Amino acid sequence: MSPPLDDLDALVRGPSPWLDGSGPKADIVVSTRVRLARNLRHVPFTHRARDEQLQGVMATVTGALQRAPSFSQGLLLKMTELGPVDRQVLVERHLVSHELGDGAKPRGIFIAPGERLSLMINEEDHLRLQAMASGIQPAEAWTAADHADDELGQSLDFAFSDEIGYLTSCPTNTGTGLRASVLIHLPALVLLQEIQKVLKSIMQVGLNVRGLYGEHSDVMGNLFQVSNQTTLGQSERDSIESLERVTRQVIETEERARERLVRDARIQTEDKVWRAYGILRYCRSIASQEVINLCSAVRLGVSMGLPGLCPLRVVNELLVLTQPAHLQRAHGGELTLAERNVYRAQLVRERLATAAREAGPAGNP
Amino acid sequence: MLCQICGKNPATVHFTEIHDNTMSEIHVCERCAQERGLQAPQAKQKFDIADLIAGMVDSVTSTEEERVGHVQCPRCGMLYSAFKETGRLGCAECYQAFQFQLRPLLRRIHGDTRHKGKSPARDGEGVSRSRQMQRLYDELQRAVEREEFERAAELRDEIQQLEKEDKATQTEKPR
Repeated sequence: MSPPLDDLDALVRGPSPWLDGSGPKADIVVSTRVRLARNLRHVPFTHRARDEQLQGVMATVTGALQRAPSFSQGLLLKMTELGPVDRQVLVERHLVSHELGDGAKPRGIFIAPGERLSLMINEEDHLRLQAMASGIQPAEAWTAADHADDELGQSLDFAFSDEIGYLTSCPTNTGTGLRASVLIHLPALVLLQEIQKVLKSIMQVGLNVRGLYGEHSDVMGNLFQVSNQTTLGQSERDSIESLERVTRQVIETEERARERLVRDARIQTEDKVWRAYGILRYCRSIASQEVINLCSAVRLGVSMGLPGLCPLRVVNELLVLTQPAHLQRAHGGELTLAERNVYRAQLVRERLATAAREAGPAGNP
Repeated sequence: MLCQICGKNPATVHFTEIHDNTMSEIHVCERCAQERGLQAPQAKQKFDIADLIAGMVDSVTSTEEERVGHVQCPRCGMLYSAFKETGRLGCAECYQAFQFQLRPLLRRIHGDTRHKGKSPARDGEGVSRSRQMQRLYDELQRAVEREEFERAAELRDEIQQLEKEDKATQTEKPR
């Protein structure tokens, strides 16, 4: 069980627990996210509401949280009370959107212990409930979100119409207000240049897909986010099941691509993995983008079962803890770009060395 | 992530472009975005939605569009033309005020205009009860049309029973 959250420090010390790599197919699907958009019936949507009205929403929602067992423990953070680095930390942890991260309006976030359940208040919609899980677990994440939504719905009057469902600020969310997504790692399909075909077929079945990081035509880290596109005319279960079905097909395609890689280019693939590990393990200055790309290769190696690499959990941790706001917070002050790269390299080396020590003699390749 | 142009400030503006099936992303800071004349992400998102809506009303003549643009939400005062620009509705009641404009838009976005998902926990019981009542009334009408009076009498009793229960729960739990 996760320890109770006292403050942001406790939160930032470790990575998000749902990044522990324990979920089903976690070697390919990093995480699953389910988000529900809700609004209070009698208050204008966030962008049209006055600050007093938004403060009223904060008070009403925090009152409802106290009556909801799913939120009996946790941490409430108000964006106006946080500095820019702390707000950016929440964005890097996927707890807060860029929009909520600006800190100018009465906005907040409630984070339940373990960060598996969180609630953004006064984002694009008054409430954005979010459930996270490790690996591919859309049904489980949906159950958690559904449950918490029912609890909040006992004391909050949501804007809802029998005909078109939950009323949201943007008509792209009207209906279920549900966005279910998986973060999926597809290095073999990228290496074999089959990714475009796969992405196209995902879009053809009505799902949305985008690269998580990237510049120009390269998708950095080979990470993609797949999510449902529509929210009307489909029940939540239908959306969740279709995401799961398509994701499982994509996993299978990636697995077959990996088998081919091992069969036809074992040495080249292993060489790529070990070179990436070597750089991470011994670098003295490294940029965030390079960490993401190298972690992708190491992740592939771990998934292929190469002995002597670090556990999946550590690869996931590095992706979060090496981002700028996390680095600066861990360091305890602002860093220049050059300093950041040096400090980042140090952090990566230390984490990998610790992982190797924990693995014992077998951990040394 | 740092700005890919200056490499100094954190990248807060993110662009995704899909061209010939190739996806490209660029991450820059606000200052570089402004200097290079790149649009802010919010403006870009709004622009996309506005595009979508503009596409939807393509077939509408300009006079018609002018008239539609002046439709106003009685509750929050939002004009339909403002929604077209921002892609965001003002309040829950806007859905009612702009229903004739929104219906084709929702169909275009989702391929459907009927909610098939869950209802709020709070009115869950009430909603399912009203749907059940509606179903019974429909059936009663069909029974009368077909002159199945025995069945009609059964349905009438069922409806009366439901109404009685409704009243009982309302006096028990005043809201």
